[in-house]
Amino acid sequence: MNTLGILLTLSVLAAFSYYIGRKRSLALATPAKRGGNNLHSLPGYYGYLVAIWCGIPALIILLLWSVLSDSIITQMTLAHLPTELQNQSGDQVSLISNQIRNLVANGIETATDPAMKVAAEEYSRLQGISNMAKTVVVLVLAIIGFAIGMRFIKPTTRARNQVEHVIQYVMILCAAVAILTTVGIITSVLFESIRFFGQVPATDFLFGTHWSPQTAIRADQVGGSGSFGAIPLFVGTLLISAIALLIAVPLGLMSAIYLSEYASPFVRAYVKPALEILAGIPTVVYGFFAALTVAPFIRDVGAMIGLNVASESALAAGVVMGVMIIPFMSSLSDDVINAVPQAMRDGSYGMGATKSETIKQVVLPAALPGIVGAFLLAASRAIGETMIVVMAAGLSANLTVNPLEAVTTVTVQIVTLLTGDQEFDSAKTLAAFALGLALFVVTLILNILALQIVRKYREQYE
Amino acid sequence: MSTTITEKVRASLGKRYAREKRFRAYGFISIALSLMFLVLLMFNIFSKGLPAFSSTYIKLDVTLDAQTLGVTADATPEQLRTASYNSVVQKGVQALFPAVEERKQKKALKSLVSGDAQYELQRMVLADPKLIGTNQTVWVLADDDIDMFHKGYVDRTAPEADRRIKDFQLVWLDKLEAEGRIDSQFNTTFFTRGDSREPEQAGILSALMGSVYTMSLTLLFAFPLGVMAAIYLEEFAPKNNFWVDFIEVNINNLASVPSIIFGLLGLAVFIQIFGMPRSSPLVGSFVLTLMILPTIIIASRAALKSVPPSIREGALGIGASKTQSVFHHVVPLAMPGILTGTIIGMAHAVGESAPLLMVGMVAFIVDVPHGITDPATILPVQIYLWADSPERAFTERTSAAIIILLAFMILMNLLAIVLRKQFERRW
Amino acid sequence: MTEATLNMAAAAPQTHKPAAGGREEFAHDITGTVGKPFLDGKDTKFFSRGVNVFYTGNKQAIFDVNVDIGRNEVIAMIGPSGCGKSTFLRCLNRMNDTIAGCRVTGDIRLDGEDIHGKEQDPVLLRARVGMVFQKPNPFPKSIYDNVAYGPRLHGLAANRAELDEIVESSLTKAGLFKEVKDRLQTPGTGLSGGQQQRLCIARTIAVSPEVILMDEPTSALDPIATATIEELIDELRQSFTICIVTHSMQQAARISQRTAYFHMGKLVEVNNTKTVFTNPQHQLTENYITGRFG
Repeated sequence: MNTLGILLTLSVLAAFSYYIGRKRSLALATPAKRGGNNLHSLPGYYGYLVAIWCGIPALIILLLWSVLSDSIITQMTLAHLPTELQNQSGDQVSLISNQIRNLVANGIETATDPAMKVAAEEYSRLQGISNMAKTVVVLVLAIIGFAIGMRFIKPTTRARNQVEHVIQYVMILCAAVAILTTVGIITSVLFESIRFFGQVPATDFLFGTHWSPQTAIRADQVGGSGSFGAIPLFVGTLLISAIALLIAVPLGLMSAIYLSEYASPFVRAYVKPALEILAGIPTVVYGFFAALTVAPFIRDVGAMIGLNVASESALAAGVVMGVMIIPFMSSLSDDVINAVPQAMRDGSYGMGATKSETIKQVVLPAALPGIVGAFLLAASRAIGETMIVVMAAGLSANLTVNPLEAVTTVTVQIVTLLTGDQEFDSAKTLAAFALGLALFVVTLILNILALQIVRKYREQYE
Repeated sequence: MSTTITEKVRASLGKRYAREKRFRAYGFISIALSLMFLVLLMFNIFSKGLPAFSSTYIKLDVTLDAQTLGVTADATPEQLRTASYNSVVQKGVQALFPAVEERKQKKALKSLVSGDAQYELQRMVLADPKLIGTNQTVWVLADDDIDMFHKGYVDRTAPEADRRIKDFQLVWLDKLEAEGRIDSQFNTTFFTRGDSREPEQAGILSALMGSVYTMSLTLLFAFPLGVMAAIYLEEFAPKNNFWVDFIEVNINNLASVPSIIFGLLGLAVFIQIFGMPRSSPLVGSFVLTLMILPTIIIASRAALKSVPPSIREGALGIGASKTQSVFHHVVPLAMPGILTGTIIGMAHAVGESAPLLMVGMVAFIVDVPHGITDPATILPVQIYLWADSPERAFTERTSAAIIILLAFMILMNLLAIVLRKQFERRW
Repeated sequence: MTEATLNMAAAAPQTHKPAAGGREEFAHDITGTVGKPFLDGKDTKFFSRGVNVFYTGNKQAIFDVNVDIGRNEVIAMIGPSGCGKSTFLRCLNRMNDTIAGCRVTGDIRLDGEDIHGKEQDPVLLRARVGMVFQKPNPFPKSIYDNVAYGPRLHGLAANRAELDEIVESSLTKAGLFKEVKDRLQTPGTGLSGGQQQRLCIARTIAVSPEVILMDEPTSALDPIATATIEELIDELRQSFTICIVTHSMQQAARISQRTAYFHMGKLVEVNNTKTVFTNPQHQLTENYITGRFG
């Protein structure tokens, strides 16, 4: 039975347990004189209690089994490999296990190496056993759980309290997913990065000015290496982000100012959602627009005035990314501008200041921390943006700050390195994780700073 | 105030009002520019994409004689399947222009119609084997170049070398046009097929189904997770507890982590460590769930917070347990807000593509996926893949796919707005 | 009462239009303002006739207010919350223009000039008629910059020395200079509430306005700070006309020469402060000052 089948059976069993448990509790209850009965909790809670006993332990085992079986089976398969295959470097071994898994997925007959064929057969045999055992163990556990649960049904059992306890723990688990995600991100990115820095020195990565991972090792060519100097990527990312912010910050800020200080409620009611549409458009659409419309347009305009513009210029990607960020910037600025107390504006108008003088000299200075926060969040958005640059920026790592040339970015390289077929453990793929680490750290710092500043700012006026 | 001061103020007024006007104009121009870009984008997409909803067909008179097909009248279905429909199509096309003799031109003649033409005949014959031996008039898909020509994208005045349609083909097409053998019809292929290397045969169905699978799973995972987490944090969590604060910091930061990082997480943890099937909606939905979870949690908490404490106290006052008061009273009242937040999160997920590239949902998928572990792609990624193809016809289809995607997003956002309006409650 | 009505009719027959709608809804017998609302043209700073204010949705906030405000006098406006006294105050420097959907009708003149006139400019008007608000609202700038804000806006100082002088003299007049002279560059928000309010007064007088409007300037302050501000107001009377809205009848009695009593958007009674508090002519005024409501 596959996992889905087991899950379905398990839910049927749990529903059945609820029904039986509820019935049983009613059967055990002595009806009280004035209606009701002597049960501590409503009968339904006894049903839930049995269902929990039946479902939860089985579910936990099922999850653990599904998660762990693969690596255990792999270990067992590897243990059966000929010794000369076993006594190899860690990278090589994980390469072999990948190959075995691919063989099992694509059909064992395709194997060329007899040793590998044996291993693959072993792997698939173990997998079969594991699946069978999983089904049996989980279902038996469910039945045992049901039996235990039934024994708890007594009128004195505080079923409601117990059920509520379980619900609380489930909720805590859900909330903890946020921590798990962060931990997952950090460990996965950090772990792979450390392996990468084992192959390529961190200083080469951080300060090297030449990036050409495409010449990196192939599966049969251990130790050969491409160049992994990430400076051109960092510069490219900053260049495109800077162009984007150069567009988004003034336009977003001025839009927010116009909407919150000048526009009539009618205009506001229609223009604000219209701007929000810009924020809702998927980035892949922006990328398409940047690559097929904006970039050729900029190139043609450049050609007209005698400039040589690359067809994947940083300018095109930056401009479109800027437009994407406008609504983000404007809605954040709108929030902080609205948080400036009206009394501050009145004070200025009362002195005979015009609207623009009030905005420039009172409102904006008062809102400055919030606007800086918004700027940082926008910058983090720009740096992490992927699809627009993947589609509209180049692949070649030019170290330049000329917006008319093609540059590549961190996110573009992550996508390029990790899409398509490649071995997971080559320096090339690991480099993507090192780039991911750099991206994560930078955006994290920006986010934390921004959130801190914005929170301080809010407290100031609350 | 002395008159001199009044005069001084009056003197400054002209300049100050000019500045005021300029400043106001900057604001107006900013909004105008942003909206202009929106209009430009929409106009661009729609003008490119709308023609893709029709495609060009050519009328062929074919003879389904057994000899050409290479089958006998009592052929088995298997024989019928592998019969030589290609030759029938070839003959049908040649019948249109019997004068064409030269080999190269003959080849060009054949490529007037799409490679799908023979499968069209195959489908007809398989559905009704009695057709063998009869003469049939069928409308078959034209090749994408012909489609582009018929939609008016080919400039006849351009030098022949720059055109994909050569002079001799123009003559043929004009003849077909004159005979009424070439026509536009609604492009059903686009909605009923998967991806294809041939633009005229490419459709969004497999990507759409991939999206449906991925999104349903995402909703299935993210909604209960997010809502439970929000309820815990808002209603049950102890205040000033280190772990609770830590969770909140985590949620706030995850909300602005670049989406591609979630893709890296999916690749390293779900695929490499847990060995989940690559390219599958299952893995994709896991990644998207983690990505939109902060949005759902933050929105749900805001919704829960807006339920006044009197509701909780009322329930507690008549002897309900804390859990009962929350689940029976507070959560139902907060549900519209929670749903709105969930829909906004889902709308975000529907358009997301970067993290899914990381977990391999960027494959060339012809078949409609049949399960959550089958390799699949999703609509935004399909757009990304098509956008890379050089053919003019693919550009058109990319835009059309974008229109479908935007329609979905608008639909979801409208749903959110309606929900908010319908159930909005002011305490 | 009859005398007052006649007086009003005689003084401003052209502006005395019946208020639009709503008037009959009020059962109170406020048919006109009693007491002495008019100054017979002598030393009139502000002249207002038939002033009505409407908010969004044609909600009328004040009804047909007719009153004169004299040069170098302190006039106190009292009345229960929501009676329209602040709204009327904000008419005098057209602060109501900044509220969306607010509409002011009627005739208001400053030194005989119609403040709604075509050649009139709200910016110039507000430079001439300064305003101090209920809550101290120093700008998020240094003390110096707060005071220098107005002079800089209006280009009143030709150079830094002149500006320094304006700042110093304004702070001195506001009785704040001694306390802050060593920390002029520190943020104005760092001062105590009373100091902040005096800073706001200094900021206002830095542009040497002719009239200062004060909207409950001490309501957010403690009694000691309030006393300081009251003394200050008394001194400022020498050079400015001051209109003060206050919740505190004692304050009105202490600092003003004339007092106006508003009730539900109508100006019920205006008279010398002493008369209002010792011998109110209208029943509503008497009810209010004797503490029967409000």
